[in-house]
Amino acid sequence: MIENTKYTNKYNFAFIDEATKKEIRRKLLKAVAIPGHQVPYSSPEMPISRGWGTGGLHITLAVIGREDVFKIIDQGSDASVNACNLREFVNRMTGCKTTFDTTEATLIQTRHRITEEELTEKQIIVFQVPLPEPLRMVERYEYKTLQMHAEADYAKMYVSLYESYVRHGAIMEGAGYPVMVNGRYVMSPSPIPRWDIPNLNQAKTLFLFGAGREKRLYAVPPYTDVEPLEFEDVNFEIEDFSNSGCYKTGYKKAFLDEIYADDGGRKFVISDSNFLDKKMERQETRQYSNKYIDQLQAYDL
Amino acid sequence: MTFNQDNWLLRVRNLTKIYGEPNERTLAQTGPEFGSNICPETESIVACADISFDLYPGEVLGIVGESGSGKSTVVKMLYFDFEKTFGSAWLKPYNNGLIDILQESNQRKRYIRNNLMGMVYQNPRDGLNFGFSSGGNIAEKLIMAGQMNVGSIRARAADLLTKTEVPVQRMDHRPGTFSGGMQQRVQISKAIANNPPLLFLDEVTTGLDVSVQAKVLDLIRELQTTLGIAMIVVSHDLSVIRMLTDRVMVMKNGRIVESGLTDQILQDPQHEYSQLLVSSLL
Repeated sequence: MIENTKYTNKYNFAFIDEATKKEIRRKLLKAVAIPGHQVPYSSPEMPISRGWGTGGLHITLAVIGREDVFKIIDQGSDASVNACNLREFVNRMTGCKTTFDTTEATLIQTRHRITEEELTEKQIIVFQVPLPEPLRMVERYEYKTLQMHAEADYAKMYVSLYESYVRHGAIMEGAGYPVMVNGRYVMSPSPIPRWDIPNLNQAKTLFLFGAGREKRLYAVPPYTDVEPLEFEDVNFEIEDFSNSGCYKTGYKKAFLDEIYADDGGRKFVISDSNFLDKKMERQETRQYSNKYIDQLQAYDL
Repeated sequence: MTFNQDNWLLRVRNLTKIYGEPNERTLAQTGPEFGSNICPETESIVACADISFDLYPGEVLGIVGESGSGKSTVVKMLYFDFEKTFGSAWLKPYNNGLIDILQESNQRKRYIRNNLMGMVYQNPRDGLNFGFSSGGNIAEKLIMAGQMNVGSIRARAADLLTKTEVPVQRMDHRPGTFSGGMQQRVQISKAIANNPPLLFLDEVTTGLDVSVQAKVLDLIRELQTTLGIAMIVVSHDLSVIRMLTDRVMVMKNGRIVESGLTDQILQDPQHEYSQLLVSSLL
């Protein structure tokens, strides 16, 4: 008797069928070949709605292998609802080991942060991107933004930075500060804080970005120039935490979350939960190094 | 201003714009002698055809005609807002006038537009971005031409707004909060921000009240004499043409029916339609 094995497993490894995974991988190759360029892709149906991290999930599931160790963070935290659910999903669909430890992970999916610890050549980080188009805020028509990218016509982007400077005295793009990738494409780095932007430049890691709702993929390959847009006399700056410090560790050289207390007071805590744990246990950590954070003090003297 | 054959600034030959699908008889069956610019066979519309002229440095050329005569189409094609159907144009400051600017790539066209030309539209909403402040609008033109220093951009914007009599305190306000005359002056500041050798003015005073009209015209005249910019002024208003221009082309149904010195045409119009225009002048 012929045995039908097709339906003995409820799901294919990593949920998505192989043909679709292949399509996503092919688009990822294209994205890596043209750093910062947005590549349309299929964005297949997922058991979560588009716009809830499906872009990141597609990439994760398309590139994950059985040996991978998976970590997922949401705004730096391993413990938030979005991270927990997606971690469990990936774990159940692949059987891969999951971890909180940044250095142990081989594949990291993230929403709105880069880890505080420096990632290596052996790791891949996947971003969940809500709005892949950096020009959307200055140009509402898709056909025009495509044309602007094609012709590297980014004057309007600079005008919006100029406007922000004029109105607020500083360039106020809080998250998703536009960057120039490889001297060619302006890219939205997904809403990561300005703090993380310099860490994209000449990084050792492969950065993959997926926007499920908008059906776009893009990538920054290792050792690629990524520069924040700035003027000659008005420069990019990272967030200033000089007057605050993590209330648990006193550490100041990391991106801090602001916490409001019931009495209206506020305190700060390290946003990267794994980094916070390591700091509290006084473990050895290797942070990113860039010209902005290198000059900061780690602790109050 | 010396007019000799070789020192032209802008040379235009056979510039034609046709909407729809023309056949080989379309051009022969349209024009002022038929009183229509719609081809009877193909129903394609000849917005303008066979426009040829030379513009000299510092000269002001008028294009006059009724609405629908194709005068705006001519300048919009030269400013790359519309694709041409046929024709060529050469601009002296661009590669010494050796390359047909209408054949260039979009990127080169944008360079020409931002560095060598300025345009003032009838409606400020076409020329200005109402989402940006008026200073930001001027900054856009400067950034497009490669200026990346906020300090010098702001100094230049303030300088231009002073020149066009817009209060500098209002530099960071959006043009939507300005009066029509002020919007038009901001548009002029933006157009001349990069000291272009060539400026297009498309019905700039239409829709403004008479006293503001006079001020805007004064401003244009002053800019013309102090900066020596060559201009193409499109208007249906003969008094604007008389006040601003040295030379004028009269257009009807997409064709030039008469051209010559402004005084001469206003005093002694030859073509039937020019006579009608002049006699309709209040």
